[in-house]
Amino acid sequence: MTAYTPPTGKQLGLVIDLDTCVGCHACAVNCKEWNTGGHSAPLPDRDPYGADPTGVWFNRIHTFEAGEGATSRTVHFPKSCLHCAEPLCVEVCPTGASYKRVEDGIVLVNADTCIGCKLCSWACPYGAREFDDDDGVMKKCTLCVDKIYNETLPEADRVPACVSTCPASARHFGDLGDPDSAVSKLVADRGGYELMPELGYKPTNRYLPPRESKAKAGCTGAPAALETRIDPDALHPVLRWVDRILSR
Amino acid sequence: MDGGERIDLSRPIGDTVKATTCYMCACRCGIKVHLHQGRIRYIEGNKDHPVNKGVLCAKGSAGIMNHYSPARLRKPLKRAGERGSGAFVEIEWEEALTTLAARLAHIRATDPKKLAFFTGRDQSQSLTGWWANQFGTPNFAAHGGFCSVNMAAAGLYTIGGSFWEFGEPDWEHAEYFLMFGVAEDHDSNPIKAGIAKLKARGAKFVSVNPVKTGYQAVADEWIGIAPGTDGLFVMALIHELLKADRIDLDFLVKYTNAPWLVRRDDGLFVRDAAGNPLCWDTRTGNTASALSPDVAPKLVGETTLLDGTRAVPVFELMAARYLSPEYAAEKVADACGVPAATIKRIAAELAHAAFDKQIVLDQPWTDWAGRRHAQTIGRPVAMHAMRGISAHSNGFQTCRAIHILQILLGAIDTPGSWRYKSPFPRPCPPGPKPTGKPEQVAPDKPMGGMPLGFTLGPEDLLLDRDGKPMRIDKAYSWEAPIAAHGLMHMVIANAWAGDPYEIDTLFMYMANMAWNSSMNTSGTMRMLTDKKPDGTYKIPFVVYSDAFASEMVAYADLVLPDTTYLERWDCISLLDRPIGSMEGPGDAIRQPVVEPDRDVRPFQTVLIDLGARLKLPGFTNPDGTPKFPGGYADYIVNHERKPGVGPLAGFRGRDGSKSGVGEPNPKQLERYIENGAFWRHHLEPEQMHYKHANKGYLEAAVKLGLIDKPDQIVMQIYSEPLQKFRNAARGLGAVPCPPEHRARIEHACDPLPFWYPPFEGEMVDTNEFPLHAITQRPMPMYHSWGSQNAWLRQILNDNRLYVNRATAEKQGLADGDWVWIVSHHGRVKGRIKTMEGVNPHTVWTWNAIGKRKGAWNLAEDAHEATRGFLLNHAIAELLPEKGGLGHRYSNSDPVTGQAAWFDLRVRLEKCDPVEAGETAPLHPALQAPPNLPPRPEISRFGAEFKR
Repeated sequence: MTAYTPPTGKQLGLVIDLDTCVGCHACAVNCKEWNTGGHSAPLPDRDPYGADPTGVWFNRIHTFEAGEGATSRTVHFPKSCLHCAEPLCVEVCPTGASYKRVEDGIVLVNADTCIGCKLCSWACPYGAREFDDDDGVMKKCTLCVDKIYNETLPEADRVPACVSTCPASARHFGDLGDPDSAVSKLVADRGGYELMPELGYKPTNRYLPPRESKAKAGCTGAPAALETRIDPDALHPVLRWVDRILSR
Repeated sequence: MDGGERIDLSRPIGDTVKATTCYMCACRCGIKVHLHQGRIRYIEGNKDHPVNKGVLCAKGSAGIMNHYSPARLRKPLKRAGERGSGAFVEIEWEEALTTLAARLAHIRATDPKKLAFFTGRDQSQSLTGWWANQFGTPNFAAHGGFCSVNMAAAGLYTIGGSFWEFGEPDWEHAEYFLMFGVAEDHDSNPIKAGIAKLKARGAKFVSVNPVKTGYQAVADEWIGIAPGTDGLFVMALIHELLKADRIDLDFLVKYTNAPWLVRRDDGLFVRDAAGNPLCWDTRTGNTASALSPDVAPKLVGETTLLDGTRAVPVFELMAARYLSPEYAAEKVADACGVPAATIKRIAAELAHAAFDKQIVLDQPWTDWAGRRHAQTIGRPVAMHAMRGISAHSNGFQTCRAIHILQILLGAIDTPGSWRYKSPFPRPCPPGPKPTGKPEQVAPDKPMGGMPLGFTLGPEDLLLDRDGKPMRIDKAYSWEAPIAAHGLMHMVIANAWAGDPYEIDTLFMYMANMAWNSSMNTSGTMRMLTDKKPDGTYKIPFVVYSDAFASEMVAYADLVLPDTTYLERWDCISLLDRPIGSMEGPGDAIRQPVVEPDRDVRPFQTVLIDLGARLKLPGFTNPDGTPKFPGGYADYIVNHERKPGVGPLAGFRGRDGSKSGVGEPNPKQLERYIENGAFWRHHLEPEQMHYKHANKGYLEAAVKLGLIDKPDQIVMQIYSEPLQKFRNAARGLGAVPCPPEHRARIEHACDPLPFWYPPFEGEMVDTNEFPLHAITQRPMPMYHSWGSQNAWLRQILNDNRLYVNRATAEKQGLADGDWVWIVSHHGRVKGRIKTMEGVNPHTVWTWNAIGKRKGAWNLAEDAHEATRGFLLNHAIAELLPEKGGLGHRYSNSDPVTGQAAWFDLRVRLEKCDPVEAGETAPLHPALQAPPNLPPRPEISRFGAEFKR
């Protein structure tokens, strides 16, 4: 396979925290809003007010349950292009429209040269590509390339829309090619993982697993139950406090 | 590789950016709206804004699609067919307003209460309520009665603040966070941000909710409680804390009425001649004012007063109640569906967090008595509760119980606990009293006060001379004595029945009462169209204002089209529901970001115009000319509720230099715009905690006009107003409770929180209806506004009934089966989905996805109309008749009148195969209002910005 790793080693991507993602879709909708007027505009919606509204979304949230019974877990799983280091979608593109930027590793599609053959979407094991059947071209997460470098915006706003809007701080953006970056350290600290590494595409985005839950007795340092000091069955249990005099 | 592509990396978002306030739900986040050539390009959160600090939820980001919705109304409409058909003709505004003003003038000159004016999800209640007052009708309320009045009233009568609106968890310092009954209820972005902060710090988050979605999914511990039993759970926690003597006695003595003496005979407080409550002071061996700082009051032990009356401190009554074996963990475990060991462990964890993890801040402060404290002590246990508590007929007392739990832990307005959002705390309860007594309602006269307020006892009820309700919704009657937000959900039913009287005009704003905002939806539609024998409608005239072609539009005789939230002025006022925080009070505005492209007007401006046409004193100059010719913006700047106090507290005074109180500033709105469309006052660090007893805060609050007096606000564990209602039910007092209401009032108006089973489950056979049925609000939607949105409806446009997998299997049901959801009142057809994370005795669905065919300019085969279902059809607005009395109470909390949506009990019946595939009841398609734009087959929104 072709080597795609940019010479700079820079690899921009997202770190998604499954410990705090509540599945609110804020990221998905703000992404839609930014990108439908952005570099890949529009993100069309077919039948928007009809029986089968179907639009182009670069970021989708999947919600499912894992496990059975009361200990089951409800998982909210946001998913967008993972900007793989070895992207098969780029490899299979017959026109070179799908490409990985040398500057920062963002995987993009050049709409001018995309012929809409969908080979890339067949190749992508993550289902991250979105076909615009109106324009007949493939579209996908651009990592808000027209926002993150945008010199007309304040520095603090130069992050992908999904990151700046996330109410739960569950999305982080940065250079995952740099082991000293804040996102790389976060991944190291929290045991962040990549999706389906066995496929060998080396996805850039990372997911942070839920922190260990403090559900069991003793987790907070508290005893399993309070020590009983008053017998509720006593004749006058309230007498416990009869001599407790405090001043106002 | 560059793919040969040239990317414009620094294309400006647009040519203009305007700051305003979101209205995609009720949270009032700050937004920045980017425009390109007059079109809305992008909406993002405002980083400087105190509510959302830059983030924005799915609803807020989808505001563009609400704004450009093809369901927007375009012009005033006059009914042109049978009511409910949707047949209208367009008319000019002048005709609409002339017609309406003439009708209202007649009502006002004859019997003003024949106007019922109810304003839904209105964020301008300080204007709309004041308009009702000026008109002279007591029949005003917004949607609080079917939303969260149980939370508001319980909080305001107990701690002088409340969850969400008037308080918030201290996310920065809490070690333990206990949340009850919150799906996506308010406030949405701050809770998400707060949970993330808590979890990053390693604090524990426990969520009590029958359904494990949303916030529950990320909680450390999920308590899948049986609906309506939260009060039992909380009182069992209290039982455990008392039994272990792990309570904050110092807090109780200093800040609550725990030491106040209660008379054994009538249950009222022992008071001195000046009205001060008394305690037994151990220093003097005598009674003394319980408000004095110089007492050391007894907490336990009976006192015999000089007149022979025996009295006992509140603390003793409270401790005796909750030490009772009926609140033991083992006793409540089965009913709650929570193991006793779990309850005991959580009690231990609460005590551990509050006392063993006590926070000590080196922050000096001065208490109400002028005593300096070198440090600020924190009890880092925070709580929050909303709909799952509120929407039950025992919600008021349950919410009060949660506040008692907070109080016992000393966890109110301390570092790490729940904290007041200034302008709160206010006295428990705050003033004023409601207006609308017989002598206050007279032709052609203002009432002299706001319709809604806080009753302190039977003498404050709004009853006619026969003791019957003065208000059409029966608020502040024996059926709902502390109905602080009214009962909007009962207005149509009562007006139809002529109970307590017939009205002439029903005037509503922003509430979809012919669909998702009513109980008994099909019945409500029938009531709105029902006729008398003479062929006239039972509700003679219906006026409705909305921005969209909602279901309710079809049931109006006159439709006043409103603007969207991006086309108007608004104020988020301290006189109403401000955006204060624990760090200080705040308020905000909306400004028109774009001009309307339709013949629509902002409702508030229309109301002010109507006020002038009717010559209402507050809206008219002495010479008869309109007082606010510039509409709502003019009113926002120039109206004064009392001298120097107006809708906005910021930038007052001629030069904009005053905060809180000051003359109107003609440039006030400009100053708000410069400041990002909001104003906030930063409290000094030593004013930020113990605000209820913090001299610095209380004095500052008086100066800002937030409260009248700098007196300590004493939390009310034992509620004397409730006892006064109870006494009336026992035949005591000057305002007797009629015999038919006595048992209910005596039971419900217990001055100490207690638990009773929700009414519906007690009145129907639970073998026949074994399941609880509730709704949850989906994160990306706010009732019917969200489910019409082109983007949001792609996330969710078909709601299933979620059933615990084991429960479904027992009944032979599988994923995708169509079932009848049958209640004592009716049945609804929907499709089930099984899941693990739901209480086994509970089924649930998403709120307000189902829509009426033809409404909202959606296609008739939209899934919202064909598969989406509305549980409301199965919920009765009245409780079953009991005891052969013939009287049916509303399906509401007996104290506050809060709609008891979540009391619903159902059974599931698998549909015949021939019945599957479509929801029921399925009402005929509504005709769309004239000249709505065609629905596009494809939306290419955004293409125009690529240039």
